[in-house]
Amino acid sequence: MTLTSDEIQAILREARHFPHPSAAAIEALNVVQRSHGWISDELLQEIAELLGMSPAELDSIATFYNLIYRRPVGRRVIHYCNSVSCWMLGAEDNRRHLSEKLGIAVGETTGNGEYTLLPIVCLGACDKAPVLMIGDETHFNVDPARLDDILGETGAP
Amino acid sequence: MPDKIVGNDFGPPKAGPKDGLQGGSPHKIVGNGFGPPKAGLHIEIDGKSHPVKAGENLLQAILSLGLDLPYFCWHPAMGSVGACRQCGVIQFKDANDAQGRVVMACMTPVAEGMRISLQGPDAKAFRAGILELLMTNHPHDCPVCEEGGECHLQDMTVMTGHTVRQYRGLKRTHRNQDLGPFINHEMNRCIACYRCVRYYQDYCGGDDLQVFASHNHVYFGRQEDGVLENEFSGNLVEVCPTGVFTDKTFSRHYSRKWDLQTAPSVCVHCGIGCNTSPGERYGSLRRIVNRYHGEINGYFLCDRGRFGYGFVNGPARLYQARSAETGPLDVSTAENRLRAMLEDAKGIVGIGSPRASLEANFALRERVGAERFHAGIGDAEHGCLRTLLDLVRNLPLHLVSLREAERADAVLILGEDPTQTAPRLALALRQAVRNRALAIADELGIPHWQDAAVREAAQAEKSPLFIASPAPTRLDDIAARTCRASPRTIARLGFAVAHGICPEAPAVMGLTPEHEALAAEIAQALTSAERPLIVAGTGCLSEDVLRAVGQIAAALAAARPGRATAVHFAVPECNSLGLALMDAQSLAHAAHTIESGEADTLLILENDLYRRADRTTVDALLTRARQVIVIDHTLHATAERAHLVLPAASFAETEGTLVSSEGRAQRFFAAMQPAGDSRDGWRWLGPWPCLDDLTRALADSLPVFQQITACAPGAAFRIAGQKIPRQPHRYSGRTAMLADIRIHEPKQPEDTDSALAFSMEGAANDHPPALNPFVWAPGWNSNQAVGKFQDEAGGHLSGGDPGIRLIGDGAGTGLPWSVPPETEASIADALRLVPLHHIFGSDETSMHSSAVAERAPHPYVALNPEDAARLGLAEGEEVELAPDVWLPVKCLPGLAAGIAGVPAGLPDLPVPVTAWQSWKPNKPGDETS
Ligand code: SF4
Ligand code: SF4
Ligand code: FES
Ligand code: FES
Repeated sequence: MTLTSDEIQAILREARHFPHPSAAAIEALNVVQRSHGWISDELLQEIAELLGMSPAELDSIATFYNLIYRRPVGRRVIHYCNSVSCWMLGAEDNRRHLSEKLGIAVGETTGNGEYTLLPIVCLGACDKAPVLMIGDETHFNVDPARLDDILGETGAP
Repeated sequence: MPDKIVGNDFGPPKAGPKDGLQGGSPHKIVGNGFGPPKAGLHIEIDGKSHPVKAGENLLQAILSLGLDLPYFCWHPAMGSVGACRQCGVIQFKDANDAQGRVVMACMTPVAEGMRISLQGPDAKAFRAGILELLMTNHPHDCPVCEEGGECHLQDMTVMTGHTVRQYRGLKRTHRNQDLGPFINHEMNRCIACYRCVRYYQDYCGGDDLQVFASHNHVYFGRQEDGVLENEFSGNLVEVCPTGVFTDKTFSRHYSRKWDLQTAPSVCVHCGIGCNTSPGERYGSLRRIVNRYHGEINGYFLCDRGRFGYGFVNGPARLYQARSAETGPLDVSTAENRLRAMLEDAKGIVGIGSPRASLEANFALRERVGAERFHAGIGDAEHGCLRTLLDLVRNLPLHLVSLREAERADAVLILGEDPTQTAPRLALALRQAVRNRALAIADELGIPHWQDAAVREAAQAEKSPLFIASPAPTRLDDIAARTCRASPRTIARLGFAVAHGICPEAPAVMGLTPEHEALAAEIAQALTSAERPLIVAGTGCLSEDVLRAVGQIAAALAAARPGRATAVHFAVPECNSLGLALMDAQSLAHAAHTIESGEADTLLILENDLYRRADRTTVDALLTRARQVIVIDHTLHATAERAHLVLPAASFAETEGTLVSSEGRAQRFFAAMQPAGDSRDGWRWLGPWPCLDDLTRALADSLPVFQQITACAPGAAFRIAGQKIPRQPHRYSGRTAMLADIRIHEPKQPEDTDSALAFSMEGAANDHPPALNPFVWAPGWNSNQAVGKFQDEAGGHLSGGDPGIRLIGDGAGTGLPWSVPPETEASIADALRLVPLHHIFGSDETSMHSSAVAERAPHPYVALNPEDAARLGLAEGEEVELAPDVWLPVKCLPGLAAGIAGVPAGLPDLPVPVTAWQSWKPNKPGDETS
């Protein structure tokens, strides 16, 4: 896996907005993840070099953010919130339901490469807890029944 | 040339020393902390008023008062970030506020009349709660943890009173990494205080240790397994308040702190003179830890100094006398043999050593006479040291301590790569470039200890650092400008800088326009700085470079009347400067004396001559001498050719005085009895009953050493009639540790050479700093106990930082302007050899430590890639450096053109490189030139 010239151009474009190219680290990671789906060690090395950072520095940023993936993920990542409000209002029930329905534990990807299940911290919608994200969409007041609806809608296996 | 110098920029100590051998502690050093002078304030702690310094944070102030307050993330050398929340105290709004609120002491500036509670129930409950949270993921594995017994986390846990964990959930676990030969990694013990990354990245400039992920699975390590690259990684062992990072070399022969016998010592692996505490158990040296010194190493050592101790117990260690004919000798036979050989000698040439103490060298000098006493260093280095001393004695030049170096606001490095030759100095220079950041913080009213805020405000702003050197250096990343050139050109640049500062200094003809411009820029930066500093040394073996430094120093002093110029000269070995001050003869003179038949016996003290001159010369010298006697602790090529070898005590087993590159004489003490039959080098040489007699005789006979008796109290010193124990009270197993050999407890050995005892009995408190073997205080078992021994947190040692400065106080009145050297002649298709130094590799003794040797480079000849291409040489191709010495070519981008860099001092490359040797590369099959 190597960076395409389009990606390199996009990264350098971002980097030019700042006095220090490393300030574009997050955007650069996003650019690459959009096309590759996740950030492999090789890609990380290449991006770090483009931005004049050590791989460790860039990885420190990459691993800090929940939405940057350092391992392969499915086409859609289910991020269920397990912070305190959601946890109190049934996050764990939803998690169990998802695991049973999709046949995957937290951190795993379905065999057909469709879904990956991951926790996430508070999504800032505690008043509509429990909350989860599937791909880019956020779903509120989720319970197992609603999950069946949603996953049906989004093409569950 | 300037008039009389009245001061320098750093205000060195001026107190007159007294004869420390009579007892009492050495002079007190006047503090010179960062920033403007601080006015005194009062704050109220738990109802009692205390004086504190304005500008401090509350945690610093509380600790400086000698009170206890738990903390993790704050570090006196690194300031505050408020990461761990452990230092909470209650702050009250005013006199009527009875409730107050929790504040982080490390993030709260002190203010006049401030009221706080340290001991209130809410404050205590808060801190116990934080500790409990920090411990939720900790594995409670103290019994198998190498931090145990000197762990800041243990101490703080006890201090908060939190004893029972309520957390019953799963603990997160991590995979540990292999971080190379120096450091163990056990991430499960981490409490996420962030000290390690702040130290490694912010303080040392390392970029391969990072923090990964977030919340309770943060991970401190490398991006992948591998050697921690920074030369100061070993300090992680002491910076990390838990057992995440521990000393891997210590693990192999681990012992608890309380079972180690230690002594106040001085590092012997370069000229800086960092203070150390070596620890012994069962007759072997187990580890080195930092011993705080407020003017030199502060809290930090370099990795060569910390991990280079292996030679003391190493496979090449000499435990027995031996004769070339009969092999091993017992002590009395060896003594007789020595006496007979010396009586039989038709003239003795004594060769001293820059890695032996002043006393050992002096004993040799007394034995052979001043005329026959030789320095035992390469002639190029000898010349450099003479020039260097000439400058120090005659110019208005102030040799800075490392603390002073940290305060410099413009730095010029000429010809040196300090990270490789004087490592701890490089770490100080890395702090010096932050003075611009601190100035910005001052403008914005941000206290210096507000670490994150200062860094945020300053962004990438740095004080100017200029580096002119033959090869890339490890400080290039913080340099304003770098210039790669041959030593001669570097010297010419330096002379041009001097001319730019003071037009009376002769101009340099024929400089390139780039060098003209650079010289002007440097001159401008140095003149406009408040505390300019010039760093050079013997690294590139160029007297021209040293003379250029003298010229700049004189020019600056002329431009800034009344101020001496701050300089630091890196010298290669722990007593290079001390030996130079003894005015010994050169090695060439020794060779001549033997060659001419004036003498037929060589008496060599702690020196391998094959490291000092080329093989042919040394072979000839050793062959020509009828009798060769070597006194040393480690077997080497010279000892192998000696007729008689006498085993000497290593630094860990003997005592004496060393003079550091700062011109500071420091006493080091034995941590253990000499191994096997070895004894103090000087005990083989003379009739001296004990060290004090020898030290005093030296002080009396050479005026420059007059004050050295004051370095530390002498052997007669007592505290309430008692000696100072080298072992902690809790030292265990003394009655049983030798029971497999003898069931009677052996009598503890007497120490007639110092006021320290090989015992756990003795005076437990009030040790003068020069005699303090280890830091330990009630409730403080870890190295953080050092706070109890300082005049203020991160300040000087109470009672004064040890050591006496002998030279370099800026009193020199001047030399005539020196004439800049000419451009070097072009030498067609030849190159000029320049030594390239390696922190791991170039020092003789530390290379006997397998961990250090593992980090050393393989021999090479480095060429700039264009030169290599021009000469038709490819990376890895073998070339002949000297007859029958073949080395692979290494293409080193950034190396100055026209130069061939050869690693200095590698054991498997016994070809000392002297400056200006020209060399024409031969490839296999070429005709030999
Ligand atoms: S590894 Fe040590 S220094 Fe680093 S964050 Fe963890 S406890 Fe603190
Ligand atoms: S800088 Fe020099 S004196 Fe200090 S620890 Fe390193 S080798 Fe030893
Ligand atoms: S806790 Fe789930 S959205 Fe806030
Ligand atoms: S020491 Fe104050 S918050 Fe860590």
